[in-house]
Amino acid sequence: MRIARLTSWLFVVGMVLARFGFPAVAVAADDHALVGKGEYLAQAGDCIACHTNPGGALFAGGRAMATPFGTIYSSNITPDLATGIGKWSADDFYKTMHEGRFPDGGLIYPVMPYASYTKVTRADSDAIFAYLRSIPAVNRPNRPNELQFPYDNRQLILGWRTLYFNEGEYQPDATKSAEWNRGAYLVEGLGHCAMCHSPINALGGTPESKAFQGGLIPMQNWYAPSLTSNKEAGLGEWNIDEIVGLLRTGVSHRGAVYGPMAEVTFNSLQYLSDADVRAMAVYLKSLAEGSPPGPESSGLSAPESSLLMSLGQTVYEARCAVCHGSDGRGMPPDYPPLAGNPSIQMESAVNPIRMVLNGGFPPGTNGNPAPYGMPPFAQRLSDDEIAAVVTYIRATWGNRGSAISAAQANELRKVPLD
Amino acid sequence: MKGRAVFGILAVVALPTVGSAAFAQTPEAPKAPDTIEARVRACTPCHGEQGQGTDNDYFPRLAGKPAGYLKNQLIAFRDGRRRYAPMNYLLEYQTEAYLQKIAEYFSALRPPAVPPAVSDASATVLTRGKTLVTDGDQTRGVPACAGCHGPKLTGMDPGIPGLVGLHASYISAQLGAFRYGTRTAAAPDCMQLVAASLTESDVTAVAAYLAAQPVPIDPSPVPQGTLATPFACGSEPH
Repeated sequence: MRIARLTSWLFVVGMVLARFGFPAVAVAADDHALVGKGEYLAQAGDCIACHTNPGGALFAGGRAMATPFGTIYSSNITPDLATGIGKWSADDFYKTMHEGRFPDGGLIYPVMPYASYTKVTRADSDAIFAYLRSIPAVNRPNRPNELQFPYDNRQLILGWRTLYFNEGEYQPDATKSAEWNRGAYLVEGLGHCAMCHSPINALGGTPESKAFQGGLIPMQNWYAPSLTSNKEAGLGEWNIDEIVGLLRTGVSHRGAVYGPMAEVTFNSLQYLSDADVRAMAVYLKSLAEGSPPGPESSGLSAPESSLLMSLGQTVYEARCAVCHGSDGRGMPPDYPPLAGNPSIQMESAVNPIRMVLNGGFPPGTNGNPAPYGMPPFAQRLSDDEIAAVVTYIRATWGNRGSAISAAQANELRKVPLD
Repeated sequence: MKGRAVFGILAVVALPTVGSAAFAQTPEAPKAPDTIEARVRACTPCHGEQGQGTDNDYFPRLAGKPAGYLKNQLIAFRDGRRRYAPMNYLLEYQTEAYLQKIAEYFSALRPPAVPPAVSDASATVLTRGKTLVTDGDQTRGVPACAGCHGPKLTGMDPGIPGLVGLHASYISAQLGAFRYGTRTAAAPDCMQLVAASLTESDVTAVAAYLAAQPVPIDPSPVPQGTLATPFACGSEPH
């Protein structure tokens, strides 16, 4: 089988050469261009985030990914014959991307975002494959997954697929511009944004009707805000340049990216062309257009929370105001504004609580190589103080977020950071 | 001509007025200072405003340590070779070039030394610590700390850290981390070998003695090549 496949591939290459009669040098240049395109698309797909261990060999896999069903280890996708994908054909690779199946037909766990990658065109899949063929082969056997019963049975994936997997390449919307369609293709396909920015139910799936509506990322305990609601990370009220700046550099005059989104900007978005990020911005902005602006209401009733607010103000003035200002306007883009910042006022207060507990740096990018960091306060503030200061920033300067409790702060204090 | 000159003056006068009126309505938010100091505020609550350390037992001094050492640690935290979740998290998406700048910044600081805490260790323990630090234990193959970290224990450029101005808990935690592999360095990982040769009571004695030593007036590490170190270390250029 394998030999047959290789022979047929060589035959195709031979046919192409014969048909176009390119001299060897020109073919090499074409290959070079294809590999370059594939590298770019692999960055758009953020393959490195899962398939490379920090500090480890490029695409040699082995990165542990905690899921509610157990730990899955990413696989070696270098061209190593014994342990990587060295024996795969472009057809095999397309099958994993498009169908979520291994070359032998075996089912792939949907932690591999083939529910999104299925939208990638055959040409783009082939380019990524050509790039992966060009990187150094690394001999590193794949580590078996550590999944709890019954999830160690791959046949269960069939059920998930029936409910949540819609196979098929991206179909352009003829009523929209080419730029919008390019953005949609990148966001819904390689960008696999829906993997985090959609609610995930107990079966590990997202019904299509809830795409991009935001959700808590399992195990990581960061909230990926809704991209369809301006009350959250909806970009309906942002201008395109602000969105492009945030995605590519990690900071903007309205807010910065931290946590899992810092990873996406660091490994993926900063390398994309201005035109592609702009197209993504156009599409993302359209997702939230028409959504009502700003948070609806504050759950905070003045008398019950006045104590919380006054403690919160004391903590804020002592710890936060030096960078974010007593007026909450910050020093953008480096010290983000808190006044009018929807990410602080969302119904889920997970992100602002975690920022206060753990601090954080936006990613170091070409556009922002030396970011300003926020200190962690977990060691220095009590649960009561954290609840008070987060409540204060959620409900001051016109912000309309609800109050949070010391118990919520305490719960997130225990979340593992890695 | 005259009319134009008058108009010109009026325009100059008028512009700042318009400008300040606009400013009063929506004042521009101030800009963050374009300094490394302002960028690394995330570090100072735990490591001190000037990197001098704090009274927390587990947060080390950074000021004056060799830049190469600090950079190695920042990269090891980023890549998970040195495990401490809050540091691993903070540095995860930073570039080597930026980590180098942060290392150089803290390395160059010379804040006033914090006097060592009064040790609650016994004289016997402190004496034993002193012996191990200055002479090692040749019979068991334990090298003297001072052999690599310098006679004044302020380290050697570029990769060997100073050992003074640290808390006993921090030092013993690091020796334990070397031994158990939660703190690793480039191979050959010499401190892993050294830590493996120490007993629990050795660690207690060394940590107590080091923590009781004042930071010298000049805490600078000795220049590269000053000391003939007894074995190769992956963190040091050869």
